[in-house]
Amino acid sequence: MEFPKDIKYTKEHEWARTEGNIITVGITDYAQDSLGDVVYLELPAEGTTVTKDETFGVIESVKAVSDLYSPITGTVIEVNDALVDNPEVINDDPYGDAWILKVEMNAPAELAELLTADEYKKYVEEEK
Amino acid sequence: MPYIPHTEKDIKEMLNAIGIASVEGLFNSIPDSLKIKKTLNLPPALSEQELIHELTELSRKNAAVGEYVSFLGAGAYHHYIPSLVNHLISRSEFYTAYTPYQPEISQGTLQAIFEYQTLICQLTGMEVGNASMYDGASATAEAVLMARRINNKSKVILSSALHPEYREVVNTYLFSDGNNIREILYCTETGRTLPEAIEKLVDKDTACVVIQQPNFLGSIEDIKTVSEIVHKNNSILIVAIAEPISLGLLKSPGELGADIVVGEGQAFGNGLNFGGPYLGFFATLDKYLRQMPGRIVGETVDKNNKRGYVLTIATREQHIRREKATSNICTNEGLCALAAAIYLTAIGKHGLMEIAKLNLSKAQYLKKGLANIKGIKIAFTAPTFNEFVIETEKEPDVVIKALLKKGIITGPSLKKFYTELAKHMLVCVTEMNTKKDMDILMEGLSRI
Repeated sequence: MEFPKDIKYTKEHEWARTEGNIITVGITDYAQDSLGDVVYLELPAEGTTVTKDETFGVIESVKAVSDLYSPITGTVIEVNDALVDNPEVINDDPYGDAWILKVEMNAPAELAELLTADEYKKYVEEEK
Repeated sequence: MPYIPHTEKDIKEMLNAIGIASVEGLFNSIPDSLKIKKTLNLPPALSEQELIHELTELSRKNAAVGEYVSFLGAGAYHHYIPSLVNHLISRSEFYTAYTPYQPEISQGTLQAIFEYQTLICQLTGMEVGNASMYDGASATAEAVLMARRINNKSKVILSSALHPEYREVVNTYLFSDGNNIREILYCTETGRTLPEAIEKLVDKDTACVVIQQPNFLGSIEDIKTVSEIVHKNNSILIVAIAEPISLGLLKSPGELGADIVVGEGQAFGNGLNFGGPYLGFFATLDKYLRQMPGRIVGETVDKNNKRGYVLTIATREQHIRREKATSNICTNEGLCALAAAIYLTAIGKHGLMEIAKLNLSKAQYLKKGLANIKGIKIAFTAPTFNEFVIETEKEPDVVIKALLKKGIITGPSLKKFYTELAKHMLVCVTEMNTKKDMDILMEGLSRI
């Protein structure tokens, strides 16, 4: 199980990568592993506003359908359309090609509330 | 599997495990004031012989179609059921199995449901169908909820010529949702839903329009025109079908632009059954698959590349998605759907067409005959299938009662559904009605 140090995490198992004011959002290695083969994604349109800790989409695997929660509040500036066409990439490369959204954040202070790799790793181990 | 009830010892062990002294302790959360403390006033138990006698007496209060000549339709249709339908569905593998959906042990049932879904898609002109719903009315209400999930709009427009009970169920499903339901008038001349009225009411906030084919008044709707109006406003067109035998003759709703087709499948191999169990069918376009309620059986291959069937898209059902499920239906009408699949397979494509033609031509014979009787008028001008409305000089309730005395069931009177149709009643003719039956009805009516 990988927990890259350069990104932040949520208890809902999303990750957030910061580049200036733009946050890239995806789901963690642990999340894809628990879900199993991902078969479908429902994502918001560009321009949609997302709110921290609220749902922005749905992810469906062969086992379950789960909500996707936004780690940050802001406006969606890009959606990974290639991922919608090939959702199985989530199982192969959750931190790379399987990024889900790019969000322009409104409240940078929210970043401080996210978990570090070590904190998230500890949380996941406890959850198990 | 034998049925062995819990022994005293089992019960004691279970109570010990949860730390309760007696079974009554399980009901502590019910307030004392709500508990009945006296013994119920019930008659003594009957012997088997007495019980059969009592139930037989009770059943004699019913009127069954076998003993009467029936011209009753209005959502429940008396059709011929080939003997092999009941013979096959009575096999214990089908008849006694409860929720037989495990692919490891239920390939027969799953394949039958898959074939049922395929047949419904072929008949409705849709791309995906589910494993069935409770009945036509609840399928219609679910279709309305689905349309609102698809386009996130709220306004719902129902044709007033949609079955009144279907409308009532839609209203019940949307009860907590405010005044989002509008009804469109039917044309008093043709008996069709007025396209101009739809045009006037449909706007960009309209989630869906629901129209019945043939409609409750028997009239065949102009679905194509309605479809154009609905789609101009990015709304969903739902077509409800109460008498699916009509699909043997009419163009499929899919070909005419429907997005969701629902209906009552009772006419396919299921008896009248005094009103239930019935069979809701539900089909839509592939792009809406994930918003469709209920369960779906899909075809796949196993690890040896052999064909097999499994439940699919079940991840959106209530037992997994809880309150976020697409619907709270978590089952289907398995045995009724099986009967429909066997019926349709047994009669075949041409058989269905022939039965539909027979319904149409017999109904035309009666319609023409009734039009010549003094005091009776055919109420509407639009083409009809096997059911139509007549206007009588005398009170329809009086007419219906008088005919019942002669062993003829007809109606229902439309007064209770439409105040303006106070002198009107429905008449339905299927392949079960002989020329003699119809002549008796006409004679009966001309004497009242």
